[in-house]
Amino acid sequence: MIPALFDYHAPSTLEEALALLQDHRDDVKVLSGGQSLLPLLKLRLGSAGHLVDIGRIPGLEYIEERDGHLAIGGRTRESALERSEIVRTKYPLLADTAAVIADPLVRNLATVGGNLAHGDPANDHPATMLALRAEVVAAGPNGTRTIPIDDFFLGLFWTALEPDEILTEIRVPTPPLRSGGAYFKLERKVGDFATAASAVQVSLGEDGTVARAGICLTNAGPKPVRATEAESFLAGKQPGDEVIAEAARLAASAASPTPDRRGSVEFKREVARVLTARALKRALQRARGEH
Amino acid sequence: MATHEIKVKINGAEHEAKVESRLLLVHLLRENLGMTGTHIGCDTTHCGACTVLLDGVPVKSCTVLAVQADGRDVMTVEGLEKDGQLHPVQEGFWQEHGLQCGFCTPGMMLTGYALLQNNPDPGEPEIRQAISGNLCRCTGYVNIVKSIQHAAGKLRPAVEA
Repeated sequence: MIPALFDYHAPSTLEEALALLQDHRDDVKVLSGGQSLLPLLKLRLGSAGHLVDIGRIPGLEYIEERDGHLAIGGRTRESALERSEIVRTKYPLLADTAAVIADPLVRNLATVGGNLAHGDPANDHPATMLALRAEVVAAGPNGTRTIPIDDFFLGLFWTALEPDEILTEIRVPTPPLRSGGAYFKLERKVGDFATAASAVQVSLGEDGTVARAGICLTNAGPKPVRATEAESFLAGKQPGDEVIAEAARLAASAASPTPDRRGSVEFKREVARVLTARALKRALQRARGEH
Repeated sequence: MATHEIKVKINGAEHEAKVESRLLLVHLLRENLGMTGTHIGCDTTHCGACTVLLDGVPVKSCTVLAVQADGRDVMTVEGLEKDGQLHPVQEGFWQEHGLQCGFCTPGMMLTGYALLQNNPDPGEPEIRQAISGNLCRCTGYVNIVKSIQHAAGKLRPAVEA
């Protein structure tokens, strides 16, 4: 399959890239890893007169711990996230996620920023970044701005990014002591989108009760879903089996999936419930240091 | 619409081409340069038949623009054999019957090659994980895993020496 005609631009600085986006504001897409955009253009489900490839701009691929957060460059590849020692030891939710996005070859090109900016609720990072309460940094013609992740996803393939903005960084708050996370995903085969998936991040108090929980679902509606009822139910509770089961039930009730070849609404909701219970158990084990 | 003069090093040789923005890397290889070892399978980023190494890293060439490869290094299945000698990965697929129809084989061999560059002694789970983006509809993967293990065995003494 061959995409419709477009003009390709390969700026070497962020400023040049932003100028190109402004010049072609109404008919332009940012090309990052291309692993979602190029299939979309090939299938002619989308089109753009201009592609601005940010792959030749230096300094957009990094994973660094800074004061109070983990900074991930927008063009950081999923494979880099998967291999990162900091991510594996301190951000297990991200490590779990990176390992199940698409397949290893796709992860060699796919980027974390692209996974978010694409605005597809079937992608995996939206739910995990919501659970981690990350922030997104966007560069635009008037400088940069920071967008809380809860304000980022507006609808199907629709984010808070303006057409002349580029997602340059994701900031994940450093988890407090006694924190853990996990991502559980059911897919029909490697590389498929999730039938359902659950991202859980928990922090425990000294007495072992839940201080804060993030529970978010992939492919459970037109936007990634934050299971707010489940999160507030967990707060302050000792997370025993019954509490976990009830939190999972509440999380599943927040899902409004679309029936398709991956399953019916009822099936997907049930998968979301089971996966949330499993992810919550694993996240709690990790928070307690029982790996 | 824009065309681009690109230079790509393929299997060690410099190639120059004039390409449309939308030309895919797999089409550059197969149609413009006549290197048909790289296959087009699903054409939707699933099957991995079009796998090539881009700067040493396996990628699906149906999901990369030719112009994105400008100034970079590409290795295709044609680059495995040297001076009439099969590469140990190719020998492995031959000895262990790692192919039946052969359609996935170029991609499988390149993914296997890339794995062995980074991990000279992979276990079966690591091999299966590495090739999980390459689909084979004939073999059931058992002999593909053996083929890559065969190559690992052949390559290891050379690495140590």
